Amino acid sequence: MSSREVILNRVRRALTDVPRDEVFPVPRDYARAHVVEGVLELFAEHLRDYRAVVHEVAESELADAIAEAVVRRGARRVVTPAGLPPAWTAGLAAATCVPDGWVYGPIDDLSDDPTNNRPKPAAPHLTIAELDAADGVLTGAAVGIAETGTIVLDAGPGQGRRALTLVPDWHLCVVRAEHVVASVPQALERLVPGRPLTWISGPSATSDIELDRVEGVHGPRTLEVLIVRRPPVV
Amino acid sequence: MSKAVPPTGATFVGMPPFPRAARDAVGDAQLRHNLRKATHTIRDKRAVVVDELADWAELRAAGAAIKDRTLRRLDEHLLAVEAAVTSAGGTVHWAADAAEANRIVADLVRATGETEVVKVKSMVTQEIGLNEALAAEGIRAYETDLAELIVQLGEDLPSHILVPAIHRNRAEIREIFVREMGEWGVPAPAGLTDEPAALAEAARRHLRERFLSAKVAVSGANFVVAETGTLVVVESEGNGRMCLTLPETLISVVGIEKVVPTWADLEVFLQLLPRSSTGERMNPYTSMWTGVTPGDGPQDFHLVLLDNGRTDVLADRTGRQALRCIRCSACLNVCPVYERTGGHAYGSVYPGPIGAILVPQLGGVATGKVDAQTASLPYASSLCGACYEVCPVAIDIPEVLVHLREQVVEGGGHRAEKAAMRAAEWVLDDPGRLRRVQRLAARSRKLIPKRAPGPGAAWTDSRSIPAVPAESFRDWWVRERSGPADTAQAGVRPTGSAPAAAVVEARESEGEGR
Amino acid sequence: MRVGLFITCVNDTLYPRTGRAVVRLLERLGCEVDFPLAQTCCGQMHWNTGYGPRIEPMVRRFADTFAGYDAVVTPSGSCGAMIRDNHPRAAARAQDPTLAADVAAVVPKVYDLTEFIVDVLGVTDVGAYFPHKVAYHPTCHSQRLMKLGDRPTALLREVRGLELLGLPGEQECCGFGGTFAVKNPDVSTAMGADKVRHAAGTGAEVLCAADNSCLMHIGGLMDRQRTGMRVLHLAEILASTEKEPA
Ligand code: SF4
Repeated sequence: MSSREVILNRVRRALTDVPRDEVFPVPRDYARAHVVEGVLELFAEHLRDYRAVVHEVAESELADAIAEAVVRRGARRVVTPAGLPPAWTAGLAAATCVPDGWVYGPIDDLSDDPTNNRPKPAAPHLTIAELDAADGVLTGAAVGIAETGTIVLDAGPGQGRRALTLVPDWHLCVVRAEHVVASVPQALERLVPGRPLTWISGPSATSDIELDRVEGVHGPRTLEVLIVRRPPVV
Repeated sequence: MSKAVPPTGATFVGMPPFPRAARDAVGDAQLRHNLRKATHTIRDKRAVVVDELADWAELRAAGAAIKDRTLRRLDEHLLAVEAAVTSAGGTVHWAADAAEANRIVADLVRATGETEVVKVKSMVTQEIGLNEALAAEGIRAYETDLAELIVQLGEDLPSHILVPAIHRNRAEIREIFVREMGEWGVPAPAGLTDEPAALAEAARRHLRERFLSAKVAVSGANFVVAETGTLVVVESEGNGRMCLTLPETLISVVGIEKVVPTWADLEVFLQLLPRSSTGERMNPYTSMWTGVTPGDGPQDFHLVLLDNGRTDVLADRTGRQALRCIRCSACLNVCPVYERTGGHAYGSVYPGPIGAILVPQLGGVATGKVDAQTASLPYASSLCGACYEVCPVAIDIPEVLVHLREQVVEGGGHRAEKAAMRAAEWVLDDPGRLRRVQRLAARSRKLIPKRAPGPGAAWTDSRSIPAVPAESFRDWWVRERSGPADTAQAGVRPTGSAPAAAVVEARESEGEGR
Repeated sequence: MRVGLFITCVNDTLYPRTGRAVVRLLERLGCEVDFPLAQTCCGQMHWNTGYGPRIEPMVRRFADTFAGYDAVVTPSGSCGAMIRDNHPRAAARAQDPTLAADVAAVVPKVYDLTEFIVDVLGVTDVGAYFPHKVAYHPTCHSQRLMKLGDRPTALLREVRGLELLGLPGEQECCGFGGTFAVKNPDVSTAMGADKVRHAAGTGAEVLCAADNSCLMHIGGLMDRQRTGMRVLHLAEILASTEKEPA
């Protein structure tokens, strides 16, 4: 008998007291969200709580804000994932941008792929050494979560492979107001499970020394977030 | 410093039973200082972020119920995991015990031609003794979590499930780094201070090259989503992301109880876990991956599903709730016993309250087969209930502890205790006898020594014995409040003897015994 | 209202003063108190040490002894919790439907002394006088299992002359834990020593609690360490008056 059968049989033997037609209730009376008002403000506040650098900008100010952040950081080589809106890098010198060509496939053909996990063949992409030589990375984000101060990347356009936001020491992340939700449950509703997801809450940190939090271990030691305000309703 | 001992099952070889190990730990002032500081820091942080959520009780109830529902259909969910991971491009292996899991991992590593692996902190690979098993095959496993690194460099044993080096303070950590880092790779920078930020920086430099060149990584997982085949790793430092993203091959060893049925179920656990664990609203990094994503992350992914005693736990109707555990470590941090002894006293990979209920069960306490060390663990608790109160999946740890104590008693041993318990039953079975014993004790109360010999010394070494009153409450009541009928009912007969012999005396006076 | 007093075997044998205080207090509050002599022990020590299967006779005895009362009052949080939480479990395990029914009938009538006074009698000022500085230790089973909450301190606050001092780390276990105190004496003592240190640091003259077992342990340590503090069951403070001080 294979170990698979052994384990499954043991499990079944262990559960002889459980009727096979049992309906085991799960109470779901917890809140879908804990805040309704001031979601964007809370998002910024919680990002700052965990030592992210946060700026709020209008769409029209975004390119300048990105350029200023790059200058402020003194970054000369900034990784730019495929699918980044060209307008975002309009204020940067061409030599500053280090493009990575990888894209996650379009998610429209869900028919034969329940996990939606079939990207397009990989385009040429940066080596680990090239990533290590970069000063930072500029990305968008799929979702922001206000209650926890979290940014979720889902490898979508302008976010790239997971390594891009991991190896460089500075992550400049653009989050649009319309992508910010209040809570973890709301975030999971928006995310597509099959995609590689990275949830980021502040810069890399550790609590391993005397259980006190210090920022800056292996991931980017600086997380800078540009929150793009919703355009005013006319 | 203790030398690392390879574990067998979930316990470390040759560890003394809890009370003796605890005595040494309690006497170590530095250790107690480190533990008190760390556990109180994290307790307070947890309390603040838990209080932020008005629906914590509802989340906790949902978390417990989701886990229970899953465990009660575990075979079906495991098959769903297998199907989903396989269809997403991963390979699923089944390991009935530690030896089989180690074999599978070693073979997978050897197939890559590599002799080094980087590891994400994982309790389960400690439980199975993977590092030692790989070393025996000529494969070196590098721990990358800061606390695991401290333990590995210090040839130490982990003492906490979240922060394995919690027993070390900053000065000790600095000393270990300065002394050992050079032996393992990039040495500690000259002039290293004991500032936590400087120590974290030293760890970053020490491991950086290793991450960037690693070809094989080994991880555990916090959750596996059955419907999608998604694995979830929750971490802080980014060492997890490094291991899960940069190597070509990823091997994840996961206990079969880590399954959650649906994607939406994560909405409960991703709220419960970080707040209970590090006392943060959310931990810095959470990685979720589903099989293989072409061009992103490891292109060769293996999931090893491990039993190693979990199905024995599942078979115990009271004990199975231990499998709900999401390894947040809140129960350790709040435990007054753990706070005084630290994790090493438990002699096992899983210390603290959860260890005291999990390790004996994984080791087969229900069958009466465990050693003295393991059998001492269910008693390593005052049953104060603080663990149950904070557990985010509502594991009634005191209930399980008591249940396991029964199994230890049934499994033999404790002869003197059994006799004492039977004597007590005999007395308590009959108020007349109880009253006679009380009177005997009262009459001879002057003879009770301040410091008792033998087993009594366990009490009197540090504590005075309460003075035995001249008259029990019962006698007072009968004298003051009730008529002669009650006195007769109480059946008092005068006798005189030392209290230790009171029970025997009372028995003899009735010509009774068992 | 006919109140059956479950004094507990520890109080009966070692702390009759507490029992007498409970009687005095409840009678002062207008209750008719009875102490049925058939009572012995709730079985807690056996249950918690791993001898649960053997307590059936004690469970049966408790249910039989207290069947006829309107309320059963006990001055011990841990014994109260034992009855409330574990007597039904023990009865279920005995697979005796009659016993289960008897236990189910008596359990809802079981009250900790402070619950009974505050919830049933609706009183917080019991007319007590105790001109001392007091710290209150909310023992583990009183707070976590019996969920006494602020009932004990609400009662203490109304005691004339009493100054109630906050106890740092009050929710932490004192380290008694029944047989834990002798099976793990070093840890038990270390926990107790911290409790004593915290208590002594308040400047209180008296440390009180709603459970004498914990006080036996804490008081035993205080005595050895010659702290000059004394321990006293809450009931004795509540029973205390100018005429009959505790
Ligand atoms: S038993 Fe509960 S509190 Fe302890 S580690 Fe597991 S989930 Fe956390």
